[in-house]
Amino acid sequence: MIRRSCLGVLVTGCLVMPVFGQISLTGAGATFPYAMYSKWFDDYHKLHPNIQINYQSIGSGGGIRQVTEGTVDFGASDGPMTDDQLKGFREKRGCDVLHFPTVLGAVVPIYNIPGVTADLDFTPEALVGIFLGKITKWNDPVLTKLNPKVKLPGSDIIVVHRSDGSGTTYVWSDYLSKVSDEWKTRVGKNTALNWPVGLGGKGNEGVSGQVKQSPNSIGYVELTYAAQNKMSFGRVRNSSGAFVKASLASVTAAAAGVQMPDDFRVSITNPSGKTAYPICSFTWLLIPEEIVDKQKSGVITDFLRWMLGPGQKLTEALEFAPLPKAVVTKEEKAIAKVHSKA
Amino acid sequence: MSTAPSVLPRPRASQFAAKLRAGDQLAYTLTLICAASIFLVTCLLVYQLWAGSVLSRQKFGWNFIFSSTWDPVKEDYGGVPFMFGTVVTSLVSLLISVPIGLGAAIFLSEMALPGISDALTFLIELLAAVPSVIYGLLGIFLLVPVLESVVVPALKSVLGFLPIFAGPFYGVSLLSASVVLSIMIVPFIISVSREVLLAVPVDQREAALSLGATRWETTWQVVVPYASRGIYGSIFLALARALGETMAVTMVVGNTSKVQTSLLAPGNSIASVIANQFNEATSDMYISALIELGLVLFAITIIINGLARLMILTTGARIAK
Repeated sequence: MIRRSCLGVLVTGCLVMPVFGQISLTGAGATFPYAMYSKWFDDYHKLHPNIQINYQSIGSGGGIRQVTEGTVDFGASDGPMTDDQLKGFREKRGCDVLHFPTVLGAVVPIYNIPGVTADLDFTPEALVGIFLGKITKWNDPVLTKLNPKVKLPGSDIIVVHRSDGSGTTYVWSDYLSKVSDEWKTRVGKNTALNWPVGLGGKGNEGVSGQVKQSPNSIGYVELTYAAQNKMSFGRVRNSSGAFVKASLASVTAAAAGVQMPDDFRVSITNPSGKTAYPICSFTWLLIPEEIVDKQKSGVITDFLRWMLGPGQKLTEALEFAPLPKAVVTKEEKAIAKVHSKA
Repeated sequence: MSTAPSVLPRPRASQFAAKLRAGDQLAYTLTLICAASIFLVTCLLVYQLWAGSVLSRQKFGWNFIFSSTWDPVKEDYGGVPFMFGTVVTSLVSLLISVPIGLGAAIFLSEMALPGISDALTFLIELLAAVPSVIYGLLGIFLLVPVLESVVVPALKSVLGFLPIFAGPFYGVSLLSASVVLSIMIVPFIISVSREVLLAVPVDQREAALSLGATRWETTWQVVVPYASRGIYGSIFLALARALGETMAVTMVVGNTSKVQTSLLAPGNSIASVIANQFNEATSDMYISALIELGLVLFAITIIINGLARLMILTTGARIAK
């Protein structure tokens, strides 16, 4: 009796499981745009109830690895794939991988100085000096000259950086490498670095928590994170000489001033443009050029078109900067490259 | 057993079948599979660690355990800062937790009333079940401020001349990690030591008391030495946990990949760096270096366990004499 009912449940379960017409895709990668992707995939599912897109934010490195292995249908990364990684993808999967920028992010310097509530101004040299450990006190002449109206204490600067590998670190170090040869040779740019000085915090939360707890400290976090947590952050001087505070407008301005290559792999740190914020970056979806399953290929191209249209309108509510129009137009043309094995 | 009278001896096949039916052979086979599976998993683990770290081992060789540079950009990896942090935080946490744990275990087994002893033991064993992330949070929000405002200033005023207490204190440090670890491993020491102390035969205690020893002399000079092997076992169990502890350590250790002599300076540990950097490790060499760190931790654990066994054996031999 029991055996028969168990068998019955098993058979019914097997019949019920495949829901007819259900298409499901999986993606993995960057943590920074997770909030945005989460909303997008959810809204897209509401529009197309038979399509389910699952996204796991395991980190950009993981996203690149998994899409190369083919365990996920698409990847996501805060930093573009390197030439070696592209070659590896081509060798493993037999086709190219395409980069599609989705939103813009920025990295801002946060600080905690007792008694200082004003926005501090930083030049690239000041930031490099602090993070290399050369500028050790808040009342260093470099900093006092930049902020004459602020009373900076004579205490030691406590530097806080990321202990985990992250796209935020990549963007920050990419900017510092561009503005300083010493940083470029001594430290370089990567998701994880050999930091000359400083304490490590895990995640944006770790860095901001450490900065909040340590008086006279400075760190860096994503703009989205700082905005959502209402943190005060400093202004950075851009290549035109203006001190710009990161905002959705100044971030979009940074992207607009850059010549976008055909493969969309570009760094937009330290761009030209009077209102541009200098420490910004795109974040990309990594889509294989050739997708075996015809249905999945159709879903991906349709989603990309939706993302570039109605999707872009949803970004500002979540404190992400939308893509500039020129980039959107260029991407819409590039979607045609995605095809299925005929 | 068959009750029918048999004239001829039963053939082997049906003897085996009979044993099988009786369950003995089955039980033997099943339990053998269970034991073998654990051994198999361990072998697979070591093989995976060995195979996964081949790139890094080939490039750095023995230099890996002598180099203190950890540079993912230049792909130059060395394990010294992490080995240092792991060993230092574990040893200091033992230094803090062993006296407290042993003292508590002695109190609970020898001095306390049975009702109080059982209640307190239950609470202490609950502590062992708390997830390590909670300890990490406790460390950041409760422990670090206390250390910063009360403990470290006092320590510095008295022992500040020692190099291990030199330098500024930022809250997150090897000392904070050691203190959090000691809170985590104390329940292990207490519960196992208490069991072992309770298991000491009453005759031993009575013999000592009858010779005129005080309560404390009995405990310290008779009961504890008798139970010493079990106590060492509990200490090494606690040490094993401390060596591998990841989340609680990574939240309070400071994540600075440098070797510094002061306990008040931030540091890093093997488990902490693997947990932090494995996800975003993009290049094969990077992943291989992290896996090699895992292999190094495995080796450290085996060495320490080996020493523990040796110590227990020699202590046992001495007591037997």
